[in-house]
Amino acid sequence: MEALRMKTDKKLVLIVDDDEDILFQMKLNLAETEYEIMTAGSEKEARKILEDTRPDLVILDLMMENRDSGFVLSHSIKRLDPMIKVILVTAVTSETGMEFDASTPDERRWVKADTIMSKPVRKDQLLREIDSLMGA
Amino acid sequence: MTQLHILLVDSEPAMRRAICRVLGKTPMHLHEFDQDVEFMIDESTSGADAELKLQFLTPDLVIIDDNLPDVEAVHLIEGLSHRKLDMLVILMSAYASVESVVMATRQGAYDFLAKPFTPEEVRASIRKAAKHLLLRRHARKLAEEKRAARFQAMSVLAHELKSPLASIDGYLRILKDGSVVKDPGTTQRIVDRSLIRLDGMRKLILDILDLTRLESGQKQRKKEDTDVCELTRRAFETADVQAKERNIELTLNCAGKTVIRADRGEMEIVMNNLVSNAIKYNRDGGRVTVSIDGTGPRIVWKVTDTGIGMSKDEMTRLFEEFYRVKNERTRNILGSGLGLAVVKKIVLLYQGEITVNSKENEGTTFTIVLDFEPTVNSSVDTGSLAFLGGR
Repeated sequence: MEALRMKTDKKLVLIVDDDEDILFQMKLNLAETEYEIMTAGSEKEARKILEDTRPDLVILDLMMENRDSGFVLSHSIKRLDPMIKVILVTAVTSETGMEFDASTPDERRWVKADTIMSKPVRKDQLLREIDSLMGA
Repeated sequence: MTQLHILLVDSEPAMRRAICRVLGKTPMHLHEFDQDVEFMIDESTSGADAELKLQFLTPDLVIIDDNLPDVEAVHLIEGLSHRKLDMLVILMSAYASVESVVMATRQGAYDFLAKPFTPEEVRASIRKAAKHLLLRRHARKLAEEKRAARFQAMSVLAHELKSPLASIDGYLRILKDGSVVKDPGTTQRIVDRSLIRLDGMRKLILDILDLTRLESGQKQRKKEDTDVCELTRRAFETADVQAKERNIELTLNCAGKTVIRADRGEMEIVMNNLVSNAIKYNRDGGRVTVSIDGTGPRIVWKVTDTGIGMSKDEMTRLFEEFYRVKNERTRNILGSGLGLAVVKKIVLLYQGEITVNSKENEGTTFTIVLDFEPTVNSSVDTGSLAFLGGR
């Protein structure tokens, strides 16, 4: 994967979600972009990929094997390399009344994500967020 | 041991000493709660002193003499009832008249002690107040727990219903966009996946309805002679396509008829769920074996698969509502997360037992033990979705 990246010089986006449909849709929606896409279907699988691959940006679902998989994984990613951008995608906020955001530095200190997006995520919204975080 | 905090307001030192002696001796045993209560007593010599203490303390019980030197006791009581604290007030008076009792009660006093009183009278009054307080707190705690469980269940339910919606929504938007899909194969996959997610949603709704009916105790149950061997054969027929797709062999070990007095529909739900799970969580080319043993005092019904199995931790949570074993091997297996909760509920209604035994990568066995003529409970409250049953 690393070799391929060097050759194509494309920025790498890793998408982590345990819903195979969401993964497939994100892949389709990002297919025409300048980014290279990798997917992982669980927190565990994502950890394995991160052992030898450094994505530029990771899109994370919050609830996977555990209710807080996305939080835990985003902490690990930022510890691994603070330069990796993280988008946390969740449907949790509206349902549980669990309010969190990543719009202020204080919030970003404990929610280790650069952006939080609510499901369902629209294609144009997603592209805009990715482009802005990648500095495109 | 529960500790109750009392504020005793009386200007007479002898009276305060007497009450402290009566209450401080030994803990009070409340039979109804099987609980001992001990008292921690603070004393005030005047209304002003009591008011000052009540700024900082929130006792469980306030005992007030109605002959205070500085403040009318009823005003003190009125002030306390305005603060809506979780406490009770007992008024002591040497001038007991119906009017004064009514007045004090109106202002918020819980009980009235007429002076002079015997130690037994004091203890009886305090016992009554302590019981009232504990009961009220217990009821409040139960109501809070119920509200929390209901909120939790509703949010999980909403999440489970929203996931397929989000997925179908995403697919429809991709089709609407038009620019994303480049080949007919992808379009086909989008349509197929949307239909699968719709099916999953339908199954979830049906499972919720099953569970709701069972929880409500309202369901008309028709007990009839039900041959569980025959029932299992039918479950196999229902699951035949699903099994053939993955080349899974279905085997039934049953020596002739094994008849139980039960509602056929409920037994079908049990078997269909277990057989369907045994196929879903199996490996391609695996085996599902159902063995029915009717030779003992109770029927033993076993469903064994040669599938992916599960860990001990996963096994302990298996019958929880909405619990689904989540790992790489189960990622593409769809389910409502309610099937086994429904199965367990039915088995418990029939006063039976259900157990699971599993080894990772080797397989799982579910064992159900039932009486031939089971007594059926009208309802069992086993889960957080109980409120859906309307009780």
